[in-house]
Amino acid sequence: MSGRVRELLRFHGNPPKEVYYDIENSGFVPKEVIDVMLPYFNSIGYGHPAITHKPGWEALEAIYEAKEALARTIGNVDPEEIIFTHSGTESNNLAILGYALRNRARRGKIVVSSIEHLSVVFPAQHASELLGFKAVLVPVDDNGLIDPEVFKAYVDRETVLVSIQLVNHEIGTIQRLRELVDIAKDVNPDIVFHTDAADAYGWVQVDVKKLNVDMMTISSHKIHGPRGVGALYVRSGIELESPLKGQLSVERLWPGVENIPLIAGFKKAVEITFNGFDSRIDYVRRLRDKLIKGITSTVPHTLVNGPLNEYRVANNANISFLFVEGEALTIELSLNGIYVSSGSACSSRVLEPSHVLLAIGRKHEEAHGSILFKLTRYHKEEDVDYTLEVLPKAVERLRAVSPWKP
Amino acid sequence: MSSRIPLPYSPKVLELFRNPRNLGPLEDADVVEMAGSPACGDMIKLYLKIAHMEDGDYIEKASFESYGCAANIATASIMTELIIGKRLEDAWRISWKDVSNELGGLPPIKYHCSILAVGALKRGIRSYYRRLGIQPGWLPKDLTIEEKQVIEEEKLMERYYRSMASLDANQG
Repeated sequence: MSGRVRELLRFHGNPPKEVYYDIENSGFVPKEVIDVMLPYFNSIGYGHPAITHKPGWEALEAIYEAKEALARTIGNVDPEEIIFTHSGTESNNLAILGYALRNRARRGKIVVSSIEHLSVVFPAQHASELLGFKAVLVPVDDNGLIDPEVFKAYVDRETVLVSIQLVNHEIGTIQRLRELVDIAKDVNPDIVFHTDAADAYGWVQVDVKKLNVDMMTISSHKIHGPRGVGALYVRSGIELESPLKGQLSVERLWPGVENIPLIAGFKKAVEITFNGFDSRIDYVRRLRDKLIKGITSTVPHTLVNGPLNEYRVANNANISFLFVEGEALTIELSLNGIYVSSGSACSSRVLEPSHVLLAIGRKHEEAHGSILFKLTRYHKEEDVDYTLEVLPKAVERLRAVSPWKP
Repeated sequence: MSSRIPLPYSPKVLELFRNPRNLGPLEDADVVEMAGSPACGDMIKLYLKIAHMEDGDYIEKASFESYGCAANIATASIMTELIIGKRLEDAWRISWKDVSNELGGLPPIKYHCSILAVGALKRGIRSYYRRLGIQPGWLPKDLTIEEKQVIEEEKLMERYYRSMASLDANQG
């Protein structure tokens, strides 16, 4: 197994310059975060946080500190309302399936948008197939926005749970969430509203009280924290049953031993994210605008996926290159040190392109040529310049190979 | 994005993706054949120059153009290398598995790339003889597995867009 990949990497080689844009799927962890994590592996808090000894209490302290840090950033909630899981996917599963399991006697309708992360869509479908709920997907417009009038038609007295992202992970659409929450709560104040804020956190205000949401997902690796840790805000009074069974510890809803180094790293990433929030966003937005403008003005036959106005989050650039297949382009770019991902079918398990791009009305061939870039505070102007130098050539080479011509 | 799958390509795939052999249209081609479609996410166009010899029809030249992933480009490239200089009768016997093996094996999710390349070849050979009005004894009347799979893939997309169009019509 590994031999084959080793050969591949040897052939690939190390490009002289490297720019990483694939924050959607994972990313590097900066040194200042790693420095905070390392002592928790062998010198402090390496014990179990629910056992009565010093390394255990040190672990407990680290968990509580991290909960307090997170709680402050989402509207000064009670730190007890924060639950650590091991990923955004797990947090979404806990929210949807946890609710469905706890309320399986009641059943009803689960409403999610058609551009939700698969860790929301699949649990909703699972609850519908196994637990007797009814999962429905709300359509979006070609910018990924839910029309409030359409939403009204989907939420009814039968509805028990709604899950709508605050910011879409692929096309960066900032949903008018509060408006949707109000509509749902107007129909029935008992409807539980979950939002997957993994891509919103650190980029738009995520005050759970102002949004009036009951549950919210946050993921560490999307803010340059370590992967393998996520959080779920669960408003006090909302009852869930964990889909995961095992020995409980600090987390009453997520069994297994808490991973203290990752939780400590997550906390550090949170602090960095909220230190100079607005200036960082302005900086990233400027680089992102330069990237989009540079690409669309130098490469013919491109489509920007997602909104091109105030409804687009500052770090997202998603562009379809027509007449080119996305996986081939990711490899061509990788050989040149530019690391991105594609919504093409060729890199997926089921040979279906991104469900998000299809939901906003992109044709298959448009989705196949899509490339997702996410910018961060770690990108420099010269990274964007280098990308704008390499990308047109890469697209041109693949278009020259293709029998599908403009 | 959609569910992902690891793709540990062989260096051969990457090498041919970077430096494809026999790339581009053939001016004097006797056979020009397409398989796949942009909607499928992979499509190849195959060009063959045929030479008539006493002991059969030979592939004198072969080239391709490809829209698709790295495996798609690599399989089309290696197939042209495999068939140049072969009699059509012998080229016909090449299976998608042979092409995949020649690349050091493809990940299972990429088998369809090899099927597409071989499907285009078989389609091209068939149409060549159909045009000449000849049915060689070695050429089976029934479609091969590769030809069937290619049609299946192309139809899948047609069906999808037909059903979308009818949805639109109903809503409109």
